[in-house]
Amino acid sequence: MSTNEQPALLEVRGLTKTFTATPALSDVDFTLYPGEVHAVLGENGAGKSTLIKLITGVYKRDAGTIHLNGKTIEPRNPRHAQELGISAVYQEINLIPTLSVAENLFVGRQPRFLGMVSMQLTNNKARKLLKTFNIDIDVTRDLSAYSIAIQQIVAIVRGVDLSAKILILDEPTSSLDRHEVETLFSVIRSLKERGIGILLITHFLDQVYEISDRITVLRNGRKVGEHLTKELPRKKLISEMLGREFTETLGKRSSQTTADNSKHETFLDVKGFAKRGMIESFDLEIKKGEIVGLAGLLGSGRTELGQLVFGINRSEQGEAFVEGKKVRLNSPRKAIHHGFGLCPEDRKVEGLIADLTVRENIILALQAKMGWYRHIPYRRQEQFANEMIAALHIATPDAEKPVGQLSGGNQQKVILARWLVSNPEFLILDEPTRGIDIGAHAEIINIIKRLAKEGKAMMVISSELAEIVDYSDRVVVLRDRKKLTELTGDEISEDAIMHAIAEK
Amino acid sequence: MVEMEKQVVAPLDENKPRRTPNFKWSNILRGDNRALWTILALVIILIVDRMVSPSFFTVRMVNGRLTGSLINTLDGAAPIILLSIGMTLVIATKGVDLSVGAVMAICGAVAAVLINRHEAGSDNILYYPGFVIAIAILAGAACGLWNGILVALFDIQPIIATLILMVAGRGIAQMITDGQSPTFSNETLAFMGQGTIFGMPFPVYVALIALVGVFLLVRRTALGLLIESVGINSKASRYTGVNAASIKLFVYIISGICAAIAGLIVAGENTYADPHTAGMWSELDAIVAVVIGGTLLSGGRFNLVLSVVGTLIIQSLRIGLYISDLHPNANLVVKAIVILLVLLLQSKEFKQAIGRLFKPLLKLRAVFR
Repeated sequence: MSTNEQPALLEVRGLTKTFTATPALSDVDFTLYPGEVHAVLGENGAGKSTLIKLITGVYKRDAGTIHLNGKTIEPRNPRHAQELGISAVYQEINLIPTLSVAENLFVGRQPRFLGMVSMQLTNNKARKLLKTFNIDIDVTRDLSAYSIAIQQIVAIVRGVDLSAKILILDEPTSSLDRHEVETLFSVIRSLKERGIGILLITHFLDQVYEISDRITVLRNGRKVGEHLTKELPRKKLISEMLGREFTETLGKRSSQTTADNSKHETFLDVKGFAKRGMIESFDLEIKKGEIVGLAGLLGSGRTELGQLVFGINRSEQGEAFVEGKKVRLNSPRKAIHHGFGLCPEDRKVEGLIADLTVRENIILALQAKMGWYRHIPYRRQEQFANEMIAALHIATPDAEKPVGQLSGGNQQKVILARWLVSNPEFLILDEPTRGIDIGAHAEIINIIKRLAKEGKAMMVISSELAEIVDYSDRVVVLRDRKKLTELTGDEISEDAIMHAIAEK
Repeated sequence: MVEMEKQVVAPLDENKPRRTPNFKWSNILRGDNRALWTILALVIILIVDRMVSPSFFTVRMVNGRLTGSLINTLDGAAPIILLSIGMTLVIATKGVDLSVGAVMAICGAVAAVLINRHEAGSDNILYYPGFVIAIAILAGAACGLWNGILVALFDIQPIIATLILMVAGRGIAQMITDGQSPTFSNETLAFMGQGTIFGMPFPVYVALIALVGVFLLVRRTALGLLIESVGINSKASRYTGVNAASIKLFVYIISGICAAIAGLIVAGENTYADPHTAGMWSELDAIVAVVIGGTLLSGGRFNLVLSVVGTLIIQSLRIGLYISDLHPNANLVVKAIVILLVLLLQSKEFKQAIGRLFKPLLKLRAVFR
């Protein structure tokens, strides 16, 4: 490709950043040429946002160099980075909705006439500027009057007009519809023609193939590959994003789990659940003692599916049956009442009550289920907590330590323990093994298998393909907020799942 | 905690061996024991009160009624103690109830107007003193329910939601009394504010019963845990099956009931209900008391007993200022300064800063050694 012969616009070498113990980014190289769209892909925790925060000076790097046009730069903060020529536009737009489009474009640098800010000059300049991107809108109206797409474009145009040689777009299309994406892409294309380098972060693969020239894949803070987009088959991309290093350690799938599956009775039967903007209509059936894996990339709708079933978000249509009886799943309380439990993806925000002790966190779901007046006696609480600490090997000095002070893996076990104590029939686990150490990882997988053996219905959402293949009796594959297919029994393999995700 | 200790201790390590862990002064400067500091603050203020007025701790029996500054302190603190009990629960859920002062006025007005119908000779059983008190308390509960609905069901920010009733409440009270401040002579109602049992003012018993009652209600059931859980992480609590909306409704209702009883006490003390001034600014006293008592405005862990200690700090300060020779104009400023000092005394960051201030001194001493 011709861009290779040009001197690089941005050259990042050996970038490393460590937050607590584990490196968020280690030894990452990244090169951006003028006039190209370079997509950075990876699952959660891959290091995408750390990378852009280091480039824009939000974080200070531990090691590595950043060269812009051949010169070393030390961005101190996003403002400084912008002065150097690096602008970033985030998913949440950092503009002022109550100012007009023109004011937003020129705020802080409005053209003056005889020393006074001139609205007329500002508006004219804004019109001219937007014209160059083929955007024709009334620049005197408030920004909030326009769609997210236009707001996004205004933010981009402002960034580019300020200085930018490099534009960083973080998930720009996640809330746009197809038509709006087209508009945005036409702006991106005209930026390319001007020789601006664009670093794009997105989880929509179709869009990556449509707009990007080059792809860098990150996983667990490391760079695993850099490819020209047209030379990278989807399947290879997906396998790089998901990684396969667990295949060997976990071995082949154990067939005994599927053996007597057919004679188990159905626990949950969901028909036609859907919610606009979250997930398209799907059916799902889960039997007692069965593990159903949900596979798909980040943003594929796997978390949303779990949340709909658990009643966190209400389905707009369809019906659900628990053990043959029709039920309404319109709140977590209702779902819990029917014997559901959910370990959420974002432990800190949605799972833990950080200031409460390990004991209190463990008994909380049971206590909430029993009602406030049937207080679990302190001794019984202690007993529950200590049993769970022993059974799940939770590493804590005692049950009275605030749970926020435990490590990630132990926090995950506390949340699992919370549900085990309340004795559910059906558990939804969203990324149960993310961000936890290898030892705890294997233990949690064993717990999942054991629970299924005890007759509980399990639904596990995971981006670790090997893991899903290992324990699932059935795998539901999702992409772009849609359930694509189900794999059962011998059909289940990493290849088959990746094939299903990649399939056009 | 751990990091903080390092910060304070590490610089000393450079110069000399680490002090023994039980070195008292540094422990106190570093300590996170808010309970200790709060009680210490109360003790200090009481000692200062004693210095200002040598008879502060003297309690005498006059006409079957205990008298003395200490008794006055307790008696005067009772309404605020009631408010602070309700306020503690509300603040623990990450809320605040600004309307309690206005609710006091409403309930006082309700009681005065109804009891006067009884005094005027009405036979309606609802105007009997016992019923009047019950109706006034129900009115308080209804006010709390209103606040709770706005906060829990409509998700309006507590400070705004309760501000509505704070403003409107006095208007409602004025409408109830027709703009007057009705006086009454009913003994039962007056007993609420003036009565004594075994010489001790009745409001002190009411405050004590409310404290013990609410304490048992939240700590003998799971309510306390659920309240804290909602205050710390409302979203995670919902995901765990805690009915966060009901919990919030409950705490605002309790707060309304506490305010109603406080309103009855104040009305009984005055034998009239003043819709304009009854309970004026007392919501702020209650909030300060709760904060002094260590419950964070950001919600979570709460301690009812320490909130009451916080109220006693405010009240003994007020009485102390009242009996001192200080010019009355200075009272409010002195009160504010003392409250600031109490809060600084509890502040980890402040104590660390003080620690850093003395660090050069310690180094100097180490050099000379």
